[in-house]
Amino acid sequence: MTALIRISHLSKGYVRGGQAIPVLLDIDLEVARGEFIALMGPSGSGKSTLLNLIAGIDKPSAGTIAIDGVDIAGLSEGELADWRAANVGFIFQFYNLLPVLSAFDNVELPLLLTNLSSRERHDRVAAMLGLVGLTDRADHYPSELSGGQQQRVAIARALVTDPVLIVADEPTGDLDRTTGEEVLSLLDQLVHELGKTIVMVTHDPKAAARAGRMVHLEKGVLVDEVPETIRGA
Amino acid sequence: MFMFRLLLKNAFRHKLRTLLTMVGLVVAISAFGLLRTIVDAWYAGVEGSSSTRLITRSNISLTFALPLNYIQRLRAVEGVTQVSWSNWFGGVYITERNFFPQFAVDPATYLPLYPEYKIDEAQKLAFLRDRQGVLVGRKLADKFGWKLGDPIPLRGTIYPGTWTFTLRAIWDGADAKTDESQLLMHWSYLNESVRQRAPGRADAVGVYILGIDEPNNAAMVSQRVDKLFANSLAETMTETEAAFQLSFVSMSEAILVAVQAVSLIIVMIIMAVMANTMTMTARERLAEYATLKALGFSPGFVVRLLFGESLLIAAIGGVAGLLLTIPLAAAFRSAVGTLFPVFQVSTLTMALQLAAALGVGAVAAAWPAWRMSRIDIVAGLRHVG
Repeated sequence: MTALIRISHLSKGYVRGGQAIPVLLDIDLEVARGEFIALMGPSGSGKSTLLNLIAGIDKPSAGTIAIDGVDIAGLSEGELADWRAANVGFIFQFYNLLPVLSAFDNVELPLLLTNLSSRERHDRVAAMLGLVGLTDRADHYPSELSGGQQQRVAIARALVTDPVLIVADEPTGDLDRTTGEEVLSLLDQLVHELGKTIVMVTHDPKAAARAGRMVHLEKGVLVDEVPETIRGA
Repeated sequence: MFMFRLLLKNAFRHKLRTLLTMVGLVVAISAFGLLRTIVDAWYAGVEGSSSTRLITRSNISLTFALPLNYIQRLRAVEGVTQVSWSNWFGGVYITERNFFPQFAVDPATYLPLYPEYKIDEAQKLAFLRDRQGVLVGRKLADKFGWKLGDPIPLRGTIYPGTWTFTLRAIWDGADAKTDESQLLMHWSYLNESVRQRAPGRADAVGVYILGIDEPNNAAMVSQRVDKLFANSLAETMTETEAAFQLSFVSMSEAILVAVQAVSLIIVMIIMAVMANTMTMTARERLAEYATLKALGFSPGFVVRLLFGESLLIAAIGGVAGLLLTIPLAAAFRSAVGTLFPVFQVSTLTMALQLAAALGVGAVAAAWPAWRMSRIDIVAGLRHVG
């Protein structure tokens, strides 16, 4: 498989109170097209920062991130926004749906940045809601949906523009085990049936075990192999 | 369309907060409109004055009279087409609270100078024939429920005694700016009575009203008149009717400035209140704006959302405040009686009310919109509203 994501000598640091705090140190990583990868590590290890950099919502201090041949580290804010709209689907731990919009409108949101007609948008949203099994909940507002249903709406929103990459930040972190399993099955389905590439951050070893590959981060350094004790847990 | 739907839903997300903000706006905008209308009413005499009328009065003070025999010399001044005169009567109708202006005039020369007074011909004739008759404005007649033929007793303050007049005619103003709150009586009747009671005060005129041929000649004609009576026992001061009216307004200019300042302060207060509301609103939705930006929406979209929401709330509050001003002004008008001859909410005031409301909305959204457009997506996504 060809690499969709190529990360080379990537570093990220912050300055707090005049003191430089390194978060990621010289990361090299490749993710193949159609791969489902889980980023794991303890709190403060830099896994969310790495995910944000891959998603193009943060900028590295050094190094390159090439997604589908585009070095996103060199894009301006405006170019990055356009790039994200076209290439990245987001799934957040707390769903991040707009509470004043119905499930249908929330899924339609990213399509407003495209040139699709109203009819085309409608068809796409209906298809995505069908894919996540929420056709009958299209008119419901987030507050009228369970956590699992809200996350499925978020997944439909992430898929609706047909992005090459889906980033998921603790997608099961706010769900009970059964609902979390359902969401993970849905992510599996996206990889195996739709060929999507997913990069997921998780604390949960069981959730990580659903990914095709696990990458472990510790103190900003990437550890390729996850210890057996964790993988088998 | 989607945008409008979104900002409409956002605007009413916290119904109580939005309602209270709107109530504040309604109060502020209606108070702003009412105070402006009061200031306008003060200047109504100036607004309603004619550019073809000059007022000639004593150079010493308005309380000093001019001789009646100035008439012929005034008529001979180049540029003067008509001359009439009037005296302030200053009577009390039942009680001092019922104040309204009363003038003794020479109807034959006075009425042609005031074509804005529309009078039924039969009534006019009845007034001209009855020397004890009076002519009143419609607003004044309505206020006291006077009908034609009704006796109107006035207790004189400048001219002692009780004077009973008969209502013979009522005029309607040609437009809303025309004063309809005055009473006009026959100067000759007053002068005759004065001649009998205090001969020394007879044949005295309060002011002369001069009709001129060309408004542009007002300054020149005024100079000619005043030059004519220079170094006489009763020197004159001639000015346009507008300037004459303005001299009364200027006496209370400090009050007017205070009223205008208060009206602006009210707008500033609601601006601060609304800015606080919009800042709170934006802060609560930080994660939502960060999500929109993560999805690829531009900072400009977030700015439009906040400005749109703020302007929508301000527009609704502004229109409601504007509509409330009209009944408020009517209630105020009836409460103060004939103190303000012309009291109406002008189109300019309404436009200023709307502009003030939208200005409040725009200013209130400026800071939170700027802040939200610059939020760091990663930090924003971590925020729990």
